Order: sequence, then C-alpha cells, then structure tokens
Amino acid sequence: MTTPSRLPEPYGPSSGANLADILERVLDKGIVIAGDIRINLLDIELLTVKLRLIVASVDKAKEMGIDWWESDPALSSRARRDELARENAELRERLARLEELEQGTGRTRGRTHPKEAS
Amino acid sequence: MTGLRYVYAVCRPLGAPLQAQLTGVVGAPVKQLPHHGLIAVVSEVPERDFAEEPLRAHLEDLDWLSATARAHQGVVDALTVVTTPLPLRMATVFRDDSGVRTMIESCEEHFRATLERLQGRVEWGVKIYLEAEQPQEATVAEPEPRAASGRDYLRRRRQQTMAREDVWEKAEAFATRLHEKLSAFAEDSRLHAPQNAALSGTAGRNVLNAAYLVPRAHSEEFVEVVDRTKDDAPGLRVELTGPWAAYSFAGELPQEGA
Repeated sequence: MTTPSRLPEPYGPSSGANLADILERVLDKGIVIAGDIRINLLDIELLTVKLRLIVASVDKAKEMGIDWWESDPALSSRARRDELARENAELRERLARLEELEQGTGRTRGRTHPKEAS
Repeated sequence: MTGLRYVYAVCRPLGAPLQAQLTGVVGAPVKQLPHHGLIAVVSEVPERDFAEEPLRAHLEDLDWLSATARAHQGVVDALTVVTTPLPLRMATVFRDDSGVRTMIESCEEHFRATLERLQGRVEWGVKIYLEAEQPQEATVAEPEPRAASGRDYLRRRRQQTMAREDVWEKAEAFATRLHEKLSAFAEDSRLHAPQNAALSGTAGRNVLNAAYLVPRAHSEEFVEVVDRTKDDAPGLRVELTGPWAAYSFAGELPQEGA
C-alpha cells in the first residue's frame, strides 16, 4: 500500500515506528470502551509486561542457545492450552475422588477425630 | 455470514470517502457506520478469532498481536490523512452494527468533546537513546592495568561508576531540556515509560519516550525544532515518529472519576 501524501512527510509512522511504538499506542493508549466482546483490560496490561519479559527472555535464551519457552506454559499459548487441558482433567479426577471420600466419611469425621480439631 | 464488528476509531463524517482499497484487521474492507452525526470506522472480523476465548489466546501470540496491531494502526493512519480520528484501543469488538450504534449513543458526549479538543491536532513521538556504553571507562581504567591493592581496586571501581553516572546525568539533563522546549511548543505532552530494547529492536538505551500534541499546521515547525537539537548531544540519539493520530491524548474517559 502506498503512503498517501500528507504534511509534513519526512517521517511517517509506517516508516519510523518500531513495533514497540505501535503496540504502545494501539494497546496502551486510545479510547478504552468495553465492547460486546469482553477483554479484561488488566489482561492487556499484564500482557504488555509479559511480552516484554518474553522478548527479553527469548533474546537472552538465544544467547545461551536454549529454547525452553517453546514448552513453557507461561510463555507459549499452545503449551498453556495443553497444560490447562491436562491440569483440568487431573483436577476433575481429584475432585471426583474427594467427593467420593467426602460422601463416605464427611458426616462422621468431626466426631471420630476430636483430637485433630484442638 | 455474520461476523463481529471491529471498531478502529470514531470520527466526524468524512469530507472524502475512504480509500477504496483500505483493508483492516484480517484483510477485511473497512466501512463507515454513521450514527448520530458521528461515524464509527469498522470492519467485519470472524467470530472464530475474535470471540472472547480465541481473542484472549491470540493476544498472547506475538506474531498475531503485531499483525493485528499494525492493521489497526494502518486504518487509523489512513484516517489521520483525511480527518481527526479518535482511535479506540485495539480489539474493541461488538456483536453487530446495533451494538456499535448503542456504544456511540452512550459515549456521544465524550466523543464530541474530545473531537472538539483534538480537532486538527496530531501526535508526534520523540525518543532519546543513550548510545552504547561510552569509551570513557576504558580511558579511566587504562593507566592502571592492574590494581595494586584492594584500595586501588575500589578506587578504580568508584571512578568507573562515577563516569557512568556522569553519562547518565548528562543524558538526563539533555532529555529534560528537550522535553521542556518541546512541551512549551506543543499544546500538551505525555511521558511514556521507556521502551524495552528487545521489543523495539532499537540500539541504545531509551532515556526519554514522550508524545506531543501539535496542531497539524505547526507540525513542520515542530519537526524542525526536533531536527535542530539532534546534533546537540554527543552519545545521544533523538528519534522522531509521527504524525500519529492523537492516541496518547484521546484516552481520558471520564467514566471512573466523574
């Protein structure tokens, strides 16, 4: 796309601006209106912080020749989805087990172990 | 098909039509949605990418995020050529046109007041970078290649630290002076957090990151003022970006305080 002429033209956002300049404005500035699709604004703020960390880490990691972020759930959305699914399944299973236990022993527990309470 | 509505900006009805080939996020054509004497600049986006869940996931993907941010900025940039847009924060999405109209109605007063305030103004970004570490340290350390004692070592360390502090002080003094000068010229200014070098991909350490609100008609002068100071400070680099839509000056919604 060609840049339409405007004044003054020695610098255009498209030419001089880096990614940080653009993100800083479209992500952090501009009018904040709650749309129908609710994105928690805190998420976006956290995201900028996290992004800085990611980029900084990637840089550092490259120096050290490692690529742990690919599978780190805090840094990769895919890894996190996998991680979440796994964690969810695990938690459900544990909850089910606890519920079973609870039904079996819950009503009498207080009376059968009075020492533990004190 | 029914997509969601992504809103880029709100502005007064355009004197000229949008560029016919202007595309926004996901390459969709950009349309004007007039309502109550204002227009929302919108494009359709697919629900599979912009409903809450997928959007949240996408926002953590740096490639997706930067492509979307650039597309958003591209549309706002095109608007800046023909009008004074009020840029909305990235990823402001509604179910349908009527959701957008309701939004315009509920923010109408604020939009008008802000448009009035920003009419004919643009934003210029000015950053100052401290170039890579100064050679002073080497010259300080050179005469004494080896520390003869612990005390010598500590003295040398202190000299190095002082040299570094000196560079910082000079950079700060220059930044303060330039900011004062530009603030006096501009109608308004904002100081932003210094940029992280890894994210900006720029060399040197960012010591000033400011935005200035300048009438379009005075922009040429503003650029000249910045240009003239560029060579005033050895070891420092001044960078100018713009003209941007007044992103840094549009965001003060009175929603919480008032």
